[in-house]
Amino acid sequence: MQLVKRGALLASVAFIGSLAAPIVQAQDTLYMPSLTYRTGPFAGGGTPFADGYADYFAMINERDGGINGVKIVVEECETAYNAQKGVECYEATKGNGALAYSPLSTGITMALIPKAPVDKIPVFSMGYGLSAAAIGEKFPWTFTYPTSYWNQLSSILKYIDSNGGIEGKKIGYIYLDVGYGNEPIPVLDQLAEQMGFEVAKFPVGVKEMQNQSSQWLNVRKERPDWMIMWGWGAMNPTAVKEAAKIRFPMDRFIGNWWAGSHSDLNPVGEAGTGYLAANFSGIGTQFGALEDVIKHVVDKGESKVASKDTVGNVLYNRGLFNAVILAEAISVAQEMTGKKVINGEDMRLGLENINLTDQRLSELGLADFTGPIKGSCSDHEGAGSIFIQQWNGSDWERITDLIAPMNDVVRPMLEEAADKYVSDKPDWQTQACS
Amino acid sequence: MQELIHSLTVAPFMEMGQYPDFLIQVVWEGFVAGILYALIALGFVLIYKASGVFNFAQGIMVVFSALVLIGLHEAGMPAWIALIATIGVMGILAMGIERFVLRKLVNQHDAILLMATIGLTLVLKGAGQLFFGGETKSMISDELGFSSGAYDWEVFDGLVIFQHIDIAAAVIAVLMVIALSLFFSKTRIGRALRAVADDHQAALSVGISLNQIWAIVWFASGIVALVTGIMWGARSDVSFALEIIALKALAVLILGGFTSIAGAIVGGLLVGIGEKLFEVYWGPIFGGGVEAWFAYVLALIFLLFRPQGLFGERIIERV
Repeated sequence: MQLVKRGALLASVAFIGSLAAPIVQAQDTLYMPSLTYRTGPFAGGGTPFADGYADYFAMINERDGGINGVKIVVEECETAYNAQKGVECYEATKGNGALAYSPLSTGITMALIPKAPVDKIPVFSMGYGLSAAAIGEKFPWTFTYPTSYWNQLSSILKYIDSNGGIEGKKIGYIYLDVGYGNEPIPVLDQLAEQMGFEVAKFPVGVKEMQNQSSQWLNVRKERPDWMIMWGWGAMNPTAVKEAAKIRFPMDRFIGNWWAGSHSDLNPVGEAGTGYLAANFSGIGTQFGALEDVIKHVVDKGESKVASKDTVGNVLYNRGLFNAVILAEAISVAQEMTGKKVINGEDMRLGLENINLTDQRLSELGLADFTGPIKGSCSDHEGAGSIFIQQWNGSDWERITDLIAPMNDVVRPMLEEAADKYVSDKPDWQTQACS
Repeated sequence: MQELIHSLTVAPFMEMGQYPDFLIQVVWEGFVAGILYALIALGFVLIYKASGVFNFAQGIMVVFSALVLIGLHEAGMPAWIALIATIGVMGILAMGIERFVLRKLVNQHDAILLMATIGLTLVLKGAGQLFFGGETKSMISDELGFSSGAYDWEVFDGLVIFQHIDIAAAVIAVLMVIALSLFFSKTRIGRALRAVADDHQAALSVGISLNQIWAIVWFASGIVALVTGIMWGARSDVSFALEIIALKALAVLILGGFTSIAGAIVGGLLVGIGEKLFEVYWGPIFGGGVEAWFAYVLALIFLLFRPQGLFGERIIERV
């Protein structure tokens, strides 16, 4: 009986809450849904990212009282990296006044891209998702700052080229055999032709993420000069361990920015010494913004981090950077519209006009954290640069300056891909940019 | 067309002859993977033999037991004490499953018991994530005394690398199979298990406690899961993705038969060695990634021609 009473009370509260919550959020707060995956085979990457994302907004609320006085409400919805669940989360939260979605999954991003112009809520897939979405004319509602998979790949190839040349070399490409891992293949094939290198591909099925000995036997057979990895979750540490097992030189093995976190290399330890990875967000806690997060959120016990040591790790900082860009876009939107409480359309405007200069990054407490990002009507990618980091056996160290992408080569390919995407969609909303 | 036939029927064998050291390496890797598949399948077989339940939770039991071991060690327990404590946890889990799940479902349809194990999978998955988090964890193999080095064998002008942990996996798996075989054939409890497997009613009529037998068999299965978790975790860390690999044991069971320990071993080796050979020598023709489906296609062929598997009992039902 007691349970029934409690259940009835909870149901009543939930019902009243469901009526009241959207009004409160629409009028007084900025609502940011967070599609997380703290469970499932990819939780190792999803958890620190979600923590960094939530903690930055919590710090802004605590330190500044929100953005221009308006508090941010972050609501998590668990997707387990499952596209169907991701769409369910989107449908469940969009009505609460959602300002933008960052799905942290190429599969979910692909599903949300067509929904964004209909619901007028932008999709911000930070460095992942559909590379062609960089073309603002064709994808007014999607943003990929600070770069896209295609441009990232071009930066990695430039790094290889500057370390002994790439012409005549054989490049191995090991990838998670889903939309994410397949995404850069067209540009890899085309650049192979243009730059004169050979490609050997090694797909890894989701079921085989922790059972890669066949792929690495094939690597041993093919003898590539360099290996590039587009991995995620449990695939990454297994790949590095297998590479060590066949004695592939670690300083010739480069992961993309989802294959170079502490979650990936901590389990490998010293065996992974020398392994390289791309990155676009700072490592460590020596940045003003991170110090504030620790002071205002972590030390007060308001963070979900399992351990304080996680703060400053690669993926924690990546999630934090995702929140930084969204917070900055909110700020820009508020300034442009004159409204304190904005909606999805205003947010789109803010994202499109973002201008994170070195000076602005310093003001935000993120000097040297990343490169500048400038958006525009036509450029939703920011043509940002990456840097290369190296595992020293126990931690990551940045070893290069920012490496600009081969935008002159990649941009026409992105435009062609964007044209192709919209060509069979007669009602697709585009925009003209002067 | 001629080129395709050549690459299917001639080129792989020429390559094997050209680089015999590499062929040995491929077969060895397949052997080790096969041993680990066999261990997972063994967990299924033990429970199926005694209770007729297809234990869908066997995969998550591998992950859960490994996480308990690592978690207890992280909490400050010395590795060997943590190992003993984990065995204790698996024992408590077995008793809990018998008391709160199986006992209530006696005489229910097989499908209901299968659904119960799917429910158990969700409970263990949730508990694992709640207590130990979702991050990939390193197995405490060094602390347990497993060497992380490798033995190099220079042969046929080439090199074959044997990881110490793989050699240990093979030895431990063989010892485990011998121990289980002796347990089933030489001990009183083992004979009781076989009696229950043959005929529940007859076993009950001679005073064998079904509840006790079920708890023991789930415990044994938990131990097998723990050993698998340690060995696989030492090779490629412990994450919830390991659970997915357990699904491959289904193909192993179809090959070897659901009720045969020897079948689980032979089926595991067939799948393990077969998939590595196929991926390395024939995979490029299909664009790679054939390992993901090879085992299931092999199982499908067996289902067509020998549905009871290599060592399974042929089921004849009167209608």
